[in-house]
Amino acid sequence: MLTFILLTFFFIFPPNDWFYKWNKKFKLDLIWTNKGGILILLGLLTFFLFGLTDENFKLIALKPDNVPIVGLIFLVAFFTWLSMKQATENDKRIDNNEKVNEYHDPDDKVLTWPDLVYIELIALVLCTVLLVVWSIALPAPLEQPANPTLSPNPSKAPWYFLGLQEMLVYFDPWIAGVLFPTLMLIGLMAIPYLDTNKEGVGYYSFKQRKMAVSFFMFGWLVLWVLLIVIGTFLRGPNWNFFGPFEYWDIHKLEPLTNINLSDYIYIIWFRSGLPENILLREIGGFILILGYFLILPPLFAKTMLKKLYQKLGNFRYSVFIILILFAMSLPIKMYLRWLFNLKYIIAIPEYFFNI
Amino acid sequence: MLPLDEQKKPENNLNNPEEMDKSSGNPEELQQESSDSKMNFGEKNDVVPDSPKVPKTMPEKDLTKKRASIGKGSILAEPIKRRSFFSWLTLAWLAFTAATGTFFGIMLRFMFPNVLFEPKQTFKAGYPDDYNIGEVSVNLKEKYGVWIVRSTEEIYALSTVCTHLGCTPNWLKNENKFKCPCHGSGFRKTGINFEGPAPRPLERFKISLANDGQILIDKTKKFAYEKGQWSDPESYLMV
Ligand code: FES
Repeated sequence: MLTFILLTFFFIFPPNDWFYKWNKKFKLDLIWTNKGGILILLGLLTFFLFGLTDENFKLIALKPDNVPIVGLIFLVAFFTWLSMKQATENDKRIDNNEKVNEYHDPDDKVLTWPDLVYIELIALVLCTVLLVVWSIALPAPLEQPANPTLSPNPSKAPWYFLGLQEMLVYFDPWIAGVLFPTLMLIGLMAIPYLDTNKEGVGYYSFKQRKMAVSFFMFGWLVLWVLLIVIGTFLRGPNWNFFGPFEYWDIHKLEPLTNINLSDYIYIIWFRSGLPENILLREIGGFILILGYFLILPPLFAKTMLKKLYQKLGNFRYSVFIILILFAMSLPIKMYLRWLFNLKYIIAIPEYFFNI
Repeated sequence: MLPLDEQKKPENNLNNPEEMDKSSGNPEELQQESSDSKMNFGEKNDVVPDSPKVPKTMPEKDLTKKRASIGKGSILAEPIKRRSFFSWLTLAWLAFTAATGTFFGIMLRFMFPNVLFEPKQTFKAGYPDDYNIGEVSVNLKEKYGVWIVRSTEEIYALSTVCTHLGCTPNWLKNENKFKCPCHGSGFRKTGINFEGPAPRPLERFKISLANDGQILIDKTKKFAYEKGQWSDPESYLMV
């Protein structure tokens, strides 16, 4: 399933001309029409309505904790569709040399007071009403006082952190809990400096900023929202993976035995013991990581991202590519874990340094 | 610079008492005085053109309005003296620093509670014969945070803190492993990590026999496998 999403993602949100061509060929931009939107909605609705007939699914989907996530799925789908719809419409208009949808006569303005403030007031009141009704209808689940020696099973982070928790499954706490969140914030802050494309300001457009939209959507939809959904619906007791309609059996047995890269190299390939020296032991991992961050950027600069490199210049390109590489490292590590049961590429538990 | 300061000095002293009863004085006078002081500064001595137009009946509270009507190029109707301004600023900063300091002081004090409800770090765990060979005892988990495991020839005390991010794993008897509910780390009965993200095995505590033959566990001393400390004779108890 995730593989499917990862494979199709860049065709739905094509980052460059090559993908864009295929996107057009498969007519994937039809998703962003009214019909496509209704189809998505119907698809989601049937899935959930059908799902609710299943006892196990109902239990999860209707748990007060999880109701917002169900709402989130619909909302995110809707807003993605809405913006992309406007963007594709604008793209067509731009192709035909027409003015974009959002174009307004510069003299045609409205007043902040009362036009805007009234709308804000109404929105505020409605939000409050919604929150009050919600909190009455779905009481927050109260549990017994906290006990450090007893972790609930499964222990789930608040929903907005489920993505982080999912990352923690594949990375050391230092990386998934400190480095990645920091990089996310830095990356978001860096966007205005990295993306100097002046087109598409003040109106929706996909074609004029393919790469920006595509990469952002990847980070947002796949690396954040999807992980939250996975954490909510597919992670059960003992943090095992469960299918969407599976019974959450505490005793589900999943062989997850995993080993480090150094074990692979020395024990399985060389059939010798691990060397005493830590650096020697982890040299394979160091080479891999250094190669990933030192060889891939110039490689991309010469090939796929040549134009981008020329546009951004050395420094901004490096920042950009390093951020992208970090973002990609999460799915890469997930696949390494699933396919090869790889625990850590570099594992130095002696100094709390594991990658 | 110096003469200017000296010029200001007497004037400051002069003005202060007048400022005190300015609520009773009429605005005309105030205005006069302020333009006087401007002369003394010797910098901007253009006479305020609007000042006579200020109505005499204007209430004192509306000083701001009057200032606004003075027009550009003039200073405030009642100039803030640099000296008094700085003395107020110092006072404000002192007050601010004191308040912030107190706040953080209290915070710091909060970190050291008068009473600590912590279980004892050193405790007795019954007799070796209370534990069956090949079994993991979870009785002391809740109270002291240890699992006591007896293998064929030794007894050891495992810490119940997951080495990944510190959740408390559960002992799954059927599966014969410790399994953490937070990110799915798994540990064997020995404490060795074998699945999930935990980077190192569970820690063992110092264990010994007390004089009365009971097991004595000292949680202040830990033994980590990856540092080769499990071979330390204090980390297990031969039986
Ligand atoms: S805290 Fe135990 S697996 Fe993360």
